[in-house]
Amino acid sequence: MTIRRIGVVAFVVVLALVPLAAPAFWVTLANYIGLYTMVALGLVLLTGVAGQTSFGQAAFVGVGAYTTAFLTTHFGVSPWLTLPAAIVLTFAVALALGFITLRMQGHYLPLATIAWGISLFFLFGNLESLGGHTGVTGIPALTLASIEFKEERHFCVLIWIVTLASLWTTHNLLDSRPGRALRAMKGGVDMAEAFGVNAARLKIVAFVYAALLACVSGWLYAHLQRFVNPSPFGINQGIEYLFMAVVGGAGSVWGAVVGATLITVLKQMLQDVLPTLLGRSGNFEIVVFGVLMIVLLQFARNGVVDWALRLLPRRRPRLDDDAAPLAPGEKPHDVAGPLLDVRNARKAFGGLVAVDDLTFRVMPGEIVGLIGPNGAGKSTTFALISGELPLTSGDIAFGGQSIAGKTPFAIARLGIGRTFQHVRLLPAMSVQDNVALGAYRRGRAGVVRAALRLDSAEERRTQAVAMREIVRVGLAEHAHDEAGSLPLGKQRIVEIARALASDPSLLLLDEPAAGLRYMEKQALAELLRALKRDGVTILLVEHDMDFVMGLTDRLVVMDFGQKLAEGEPAAIQRDRRVLEAYLGVDEAAPAPAIAI
Amino acid sequence: MDLSIAAFLVQDGVTNGAIYALLALALVLVFTVTRIIWIPSGEFVTYGTLTLAGLQLGKPPGTVGLLIGVAVVAAIVETIATLRAREARKLPLRLAVWLGVPLAIAAAVWWAAPRGLPLALQIVLALAAVTALGPLIYRIAYQPIADASVLVLLIVSVAVHFALTGLGLWFFGAEGSRTPAFTGASFTAGGLTFSAQSLLVVVASLVLIGLLYLLFGRTLYGKALHATAVNRIGARLVGISPSFAGALTFVLAALLCAFCGVLVGPITTVYYDSGFLVSLKGFVGAIIGGLVSYPLAAAGALLVGLLESFSSFWASAFKEVIVFTLIIPVLLWRSLTSRHHDEE
Repeated sequence: MTIRRIGVVAFVVVLALVPLAAPAFWVTLANYIGLYTMVALGLVLLTGVAGQTSFGQAAFVGVGAYTTAFLTTHFGVSPWLTLPAAIVLTFAVALALGFITLRMQGHYLPLATIAWGISLFFLFGNLESLGGHTGVTGIPALTLASIEFKEERHFCVLIWIVTLASLWTTHNLLDSRPGRALRAMKGGVDMAEAFGVNAARLKIVAFVYAALLACVSGWLYAHLQRFVNPSPFGINQGIEYLFMAVVGGAGSVWGAVVGATLITVLKQMLQDVLPTLLGRSGNFEIVVFGVLMIVLLQFARNGVVDWALRLLPRRRPRLDDDAAPLAPGEKPHDVAGPLLDVRNARKAFGGLVAVDDLTFRVMPGEIVGLIGPNGAGKSTTFALISGELPLTSGDIAFGGQSIAGKTPFAIARLGIGRTFQHVRLLPAMSVQDNVALGAYRRGRAGVVRAALRLDSAEERRTQAVAMREIVRVGLAEHAHDEAGSLPLGKQRIVEIARALASDPSLLLLDEPAAGLRYMEKQALAELLRALKRDGVTILLVEHDMDFVMGLTDRLVVMDFGQKLAEGEPAAIQRDRRVLEAYLGVDEAAPAPAIAI
Repeated sequence: MDLSIAAFLVQDGVTNGAIYALLALALVLVFTVTRIIWIPSGEFVTYGTLTLAGLQLGKPPGTVGLLIGVAVVAAIVETIATLRAREARKLPLRLAVWLGVPLAIAAAVWWAAPRGLPLALQIVLALAAVTALGPLIYRIAYQPIADASVLVLLIVSVAVHFALTGLGLWFFGAEGSRTPAFTGASFTAGGLTFSAQSLLVVVASLVLIGLLYLLFGRTLYGKALHATAVNRIGARLVGISPSFAGALTFVLAALLCAFCGVLVGPITTVYYDSGFLVSLKGFVGAIIGGLVSYPLAAAGALLVGLLESFSSFWASAFKEVIVFTLIIPVLLWRSLTSRHHDEE
């Protein structure tokens, strides 16, 4: 049994003692901590993992609470039927809000959630049918079979069963195909999309998931209190939920438990102590919370749990060498013609034409180098192929199918894997997890299957694929290291392994040799040749002439957005126009070969 | 509704809208230069009103104690940073700026409080005291993490809002304050009555908007701020200090907000926690301008003011619901018209 397992078991045992033996005050506290943990858990996923945030979770708690309050007291509906009703309502509201705001830059969502949190608070307080500011009383107690959950002690059991279940599902989710994709979004949406992740959709999924947790918490709250009024669903409570997630640490499910516990207990203590200390009553605890957050974000941005978990030994990833391989990635249908066909591709930024009617082809099995002086338009061409930038005119076809106008994730799913000019790994994740992200397009597991751990077979295969690619590129001994701890040269190789894990038909490499030492370059060239022998087609953008000369079958030289020359490396090396572009040779001087 | 009611509502809406517009400009200014979503701007508005109210009553406003406390913390932060950077020689000058100036302002306000100075002088003192808080808060809460993501800066903003609201309760108390009108005069034009107070608010806002325009378009400091907004590293390379730009921005923004507080004082009763809703209305306006466009932000804020005044006539209980729900169609419109792109 690992130390982590022991910790979890100890936690559950202590928890089980609370309703059995703890004084009433602690039972009440435990109830609230459980309810808050659920809400904070959603924020851990949203803030710490997906890099989005919401100050409006209290409003979703309110939706859950008021739905059941209204339906049970006005229409005598059974509480067990109001739960699905509340979930459907929350789902619809969160979906609509997410659709509107999540497509935009990160800060619109939190601002929108503040506005929507306030607006809903005033709506609760002013609707006659919801009891106005006095609220709704007489909400029935929950009954299950013949047990009536009237006493706080009984309710405590119920709350914590639901809380532990939500901890379990969220933990599973983080450690899965969609979880890896969610975590990848912290490294930049474009990075995640380069491996086939539909980031916009996944962000909405995370937002809806967080909203549903909040809704369930609200539903439980209403039946625990047996009355509701607007005040616990205001914006200040929404802010405190976010504080819980940040204090605990938004990278692990335990951050939610720790954060909810710390803030709840601290608030209780401050509300006891501050009025006597200051000689005045008022919600002065918000000053302490505010200052605490400012200090924490300056000195321990990842929260308490992250700090504590670093003291524990690293988790060994599951490894199963016998696992059957994942299904191969989708291949282009037409393999007879060129694999990549760039036809009169043009990109204009206002008056500046960065790529000017560029035409070239990459045949299956080739290694083609795209070279040119700085500002020649190589990177823009790269962005056009990978879908990061839309074409102004012209067309790009992959395996005979036009990919112009497709999103980066759709292009990635067709079988174009890529690396980045500036290494884009998730530094805190292991090499193996980073590489496993590459296999995203070959997996099927969705959020529900992942949350319920129904994906373990596929997950084992994914990890096996990742391991195989790590061995293939020669980094086996680093598989469990944090990606950020490797030297730059090896990080570039990890990026290649990640791209290979997607089983690409075409590999796009953006300056793979930049910053590498001589021996590392030799090793990289050898690796790329081995990939070519395996039938991988490679298009690489490179500055290093030496590197491309010895490696590529063909070179495409660009200057001022246009194709200057195309041909075998040896011919390019003697091409007068190429020499002029690179060295500025004047007409009279004898043409030297480019020094290598 | 007849014409006179409509005219009254428009007048009311434009007056409030002008105040929100000033606030929206401050928010756009802060966001473009520092990437900070400045939620606590509302507390600076309330501090402005409550400081002036204190001076009118002839007793030292809570701002004095608040300013001293915040300045001492900022001085400690600055001292530690200076010593860590091994720049002890620069310490006296820095302490003079971070501690000396705020203390001098606090002393002036404390001295002036019981003397019943003319309103104009009291306004100047109130503005000075609240403005001084701006860069101090920036120094303490934001400058150490100025390079963090917009999201982290936003969470810090909310934390600062929490702290300043609580401190507002401590230093100003829970009672609301209202300052007397600058002028009780009114005049009629075309059969409709206009109050001079409203006109004053609108004119003052317009003048400030014009000054901001001149500052950014015509002066070196304005251009330096703009350069920092566009590219922090580039600005640093050509000799503009982002810390200085940040502090300067907060001076301007705090001044604008304090001025809003002075303008809003005679219109409505202000409590220590009134600022949040006011600042969020500024944000709704600013978001209409995408948080970057000054004219659109001002126009958006005007729209918010009008919407608020008409909805308080038709459905006063749902005034806030209507105003804050406006943000949804606005965001929908923006998300459909602007191509989404990643930040950082």
